Amino acid sequence: MTRNELRQIIANGVWKQNTSLVQILGLCPLLAVTTNLVNGAMLSLATIVVMAMSGAAIASLRNLIPHEIRIPVFILIVAALVTIVDLLFNANLHDLYLVLGIFIPLIVTNCIVLARVEAYAAKNPPLQSIFDGIFMGTGMLWTLSLLGGLRELIGRGTLFSGIDMVFPGLQPLQLLPDDYPGLLLAMLPPGAFIVLGCLIAWKNWVEARAAARNQRRTPEPVSAAGCH
Amino acid sequence: MNFTSPPYLTQNVSVQRIMLKVLAALVPAIAAYVYLVGPVILVQIGIASVACLLAEAALLKLRDKPLALFLGDGSALVTAWLIALSFPPLAPWWLVVVGSLFAIVIAKHLYGGLGQNPFNPAMIAFAVCIVSFPALMSQWPPVDMGAGVGEQLALVFGHAPRIDAMNGATPLDALKTALKLGEGHTSVGTIMADAAVFGRVAGRGWEWVAAAYLFGGLWLWQQKVISWHAPLSFIAGMAVLAGSLWLWDPQQFASPLFHLFSGGTLLGAFFIVTDPVSGCTTPKGKLIFGGLAGALAYVIRVFGGYPDGVAFAVLLLNIGVPLIDLYTQPAIFGMKGRKP
Repeated sequence: MTRNELRQIIANGVWKQNTSLVQILGLCPLLAVTTNLVNGAMLSLATIVVMAMSGAAIASLRNLIPHEIRIPVFILIVAALVTIVDLLFNANLHDLYLVLGIFIPLIVTNCIVLARVEAYAAKNPPLQSIFDGIFMGTGMLWTLSLLGGLRELIGRGTLFSGIDMVFPGLQPLQLLPDDYPGLLLAMLPPGAFIVLGCLIAWKNWVEARAAARNQRRTPEPVSAAGCH
Repeated sequence: MNFTSPPYLTQNVSVQRIMLKVLAALVPAIAAYVYLVGPVILVQIGIASVACLLAEAALLKLRDKPLALFLGDGSALVTAWLIALSFPPLAPWWLVVVGSLFAIVIAKHLYGGLGQNPFNPAMIAFAVCIVSFPALMSQWPPVDMGAGVGEQLALVFGHAPRIDAMNGATPLDALKTALKLGEGHTSVGTIMADAAVFGRVAGRGWEWVAAAYLFGGLWLWQQKVISWHAPLSFIAGMAVLAGSLWLWDPQQFASPLFHLFSGGTLLGAFFIVTDPVSGCTTPKGKLIFGGLAGALAYVIRVFGGYPDGVAFAVLLLNIGVPLIDLYTQPAIFGMKGRKP
């Protein structure tokens, strides 16, 4: 794998084809879980692990899997890996496991995982596929963390609430005054849609400005298809 | 807006003129408010106006639009006044500011500014605040609360504790709660005779505010700023549904008159569903839009958990406006039955 290839994988995963802001994939966990920063970040970390492992497994087996039945085979492999992560969460971070609940097993059906496996790991060597999984997941990680952080801050005035479930002893930050009434809307699913819409607008704005500065054509918008 | 057939007479129909007339039509209701609750409503209108105009100016600057032209058209002021009138008059100042910012920044400018917003900004402000701060948004003062101007201002600016005695429920809420507590053993008649919050037909005092909206709305219609379709069908939609349930069981359902003069019905009928931007534009479409919104508002306010349903009904119907308009386009003149 050349340095250039790696750079491209990183750029695609973190920014250019960001799963949440550009591909708009995996909206279901995005809406349900990002009520605070810790939940969003932890679900993304679990997804990163699953994506890296499934990328490695499927890229290694890609020449053995019959083309016609590849999707069920992919799902089986991903499901096995998700079960491992699910059990690990249950054993080590039980409190958080109760909060994230069904969304960890649901990583199996998360279109981000299947989309990357089908679009990338099934056609590329294992090493590249691992990195693709990691950086696609990293794109999801920073987006979901930002989304969760913003929703938490606007909705409750705190940051890192629930951090004690991951690192015992750490306390959440109370950024706004104690009598902050909280904007409940931000904590509800519509709030997630509104904040996500603002983030997408912000990304488009940043790119439009960059394009104007470089005096080149605005890149064609990647067609986005919602899922879940 | 009205499009008439030729011959055209030159007429000064600018956005500014229409908006000024809408503001003028709200004056009777504001006067009724001042008489019933006190001049605190003028402070709320001021807060909402300043917040809306500042937000509008900031967003226009950000979007490189001419400031004077768009600030002067008065649309932000109309939104501000509607917000101030639909919020509880003793709401804390920041609640009005949050609503105003949401209306102008998110509901109006993020969708492209005046003429582009699919949702009514004032109703977005109301919906956002009632979802986020249900307790504060449901506290309506009784008309003779006996608090002086100073006390009321202290409440608005958060210098006084919010005591329950000063913040009653709306007549709609009071009726709904009493009916629920009665579990079928009480009737609307006895509830309305017992509780002090009710007047002759609806909420004591508030029925006069509703009557003032009706008066202002009729003047707008006479001035040809709004057409009769949307208000009439909104009122009819609510009255027909309320009337049939009332005839079916007058013990458990309030009369249509009560519903017409309660909550935001008449404000909604003449000032919200007639919005030329977020409402329907075709005459048939206005009838459908108004009727469905009226019926839905009744369903939400009677069977739902929130004190009033006008805002949610209008917003839900706003989503359907493009579809309704598409299917109700009148045939082009001379093209019999052919839709454009």
